[in-house]
Amino acid sequence: MGVPILPMGDRALLAEPGDLDAVLALHAALAANRPPGVVDLVPAARTVLVRIDPAVLPLPAAERWIADATPLPSADRPAAEVRIPVRYDGPDLAATAELLGLTPADLIARHTGTQWTAGFLGFGPGFAYLVSDVDLAVPRLPTSRPRVPAGSVALAGPYSAVYPRESPGGWRLIGSTDAALWDEVRDPPALLPPGTRVRFEAIP
Amino acid sequence: MTTLTVLAAGPLTLVEDLGRPGLGALGVGASGAADAAAHRLANRLVGNPEQAATLEVLLGGARLRLDGGGWVAVTGAWGDTRGGERRLEPHTATLLAPGEIVDLPPAAAGLRYVVAVRGGIDVPPVLGSRSWDVLARLGPAPVRDGDVLPIGSEPAVAVPAADLVPIGPPPTGDVRVGLLPGPRRDWFGDDAWAALASAPWMVTERTDRTGIRLDGPPLPRARSGELPSEGMVPGAIQVSPDGVPTILGVDGPVTGGYPVLGVVPSVFLDALAQVRPGQRLRLTPGHR
Repeated sequence: MGVPILPMGDRALLAEPGDLDAVLALHAALAANRPPGVVDLVPAARTVLVRIDPAVLPLPAAERWIADATPLPSADRPAAEVRIPVRYDGPDLAATAELLGLTPADLIARHTGTQWTAGFLGFGPGFAYLVSDVDLAVPRLPTSRPRVPAGSVALAGPYSAVYPRESPGGWRLIGSTDAALWDEVRDPPALLPPGTRVRFEAIP
Repeated sequence: MTTLTVLAAGPLTLVEDLGRPGLGALGVGASGAADAAAHRLANRLVGNPEQAATLEVLLGGARLRLDGGGWVAVTGAWGDTRGGERRLEPHTATLLAPGEIVDLPPAAAGLRYVVAVRGGIDVPPVLGSRSWDVLARLGPAPVRDGDVLPIGSEPAVAVPAADLVPIGPPPTGDVRVGLLPGPRRDWFGDDAWAALASAPWMVTERTDRTGIRLDGPPLPRARSGELPSEGMVPGAIQVSPDGVPTILGVDGPVTGGYPVLGVVPSVFLDALAQVRPGQRLRLTPGHR
């Protein structure tokens, strides 16, 4: 039984490995062996979207390529680690800690005490959904803020994230960083492409 | 270096080219000209490479001065377009004298004019493209009254002598496009699919480069629950929880959390870029 492959029009297929680790494993395998005609690979929480140019790589050939891919286990994937210095001064820090039954100091210790992995990007350019083994799951704010500053370090659902640019947002803000998450003249422009390992460090 | 001065930008005038495909994993969509066929044609008419940047003028109301003169071609929407004292025939390259003005009145058919100037609009590219993405807010910013835009150097290819391009104006009545089942077809019953594939769908005012929101019968889901966000494509028909379909456009979200019931085949995306609010769409199963 291979990974389910769903239709997405005449120029794309949606592979559905089912969970984020399997997504990263398939995405890494596809990216490492990418035939001409693959236009884009977009990992998400449970799926990898494969966009193609059917004049170069017809849909049935793309489907075979995906079906034949051997997912790369975590240990075999390139693993750059990025360190992000954080001031834990977010307006939602105390309330979020309380929601989790923690003191703010405990929340900071958990947030900095584990390695995070960029699962996928979405919402906006450079916005990485980070996952880890620690449980800091919290619901989004009941009402979104119209403006969240760039560099805000946040929690929502099972994820942590850093806002790359100023935008509206409903995540809980626990801190801030000066790290440039998004830089249009850098290659790649996103600091945290899928698969990147991340460690947060508290600025005393 | 010659320039183009924007005397009036109209409701929305954007610099667009063929976009920046390949950055979806970084949260950036391809963007690019909404009517890519009109963009390519306009460039070919003035001897530009197809990826040269053009101006995409929504609805009309824009006035553009070619400060040093030059060849210009207008494609996409049709209207009583003028260049200096002359009528600018659609799909025809015209040589304007220095200081002559391209006048784009409200279009009689279609939604977006494409204006190509020989040499292309030569603003600095962002991530490899001179395309403004209205959702990601990325690329050369929307054009404003008084902007002076640089025009690129003379292309190697001469202005072609083609005298007739057999393409008519965009339709003003009902528009028919194809329809393929989407990845989440099984989130809906056969009644929802049948309604999508047979009802006349009114194109609402909530239409822009991110998507076209349709008005028609509700499309109920056959199952409840939330769908984690997944990759999207232009043409994907997302159905919101209240049963309303939206056809995603060139600047649609890279990932989205509403189930995709169907997908409009890519060959119809240019036609969708010219459909105006108030027109009706028919979605007919099949590629063609």
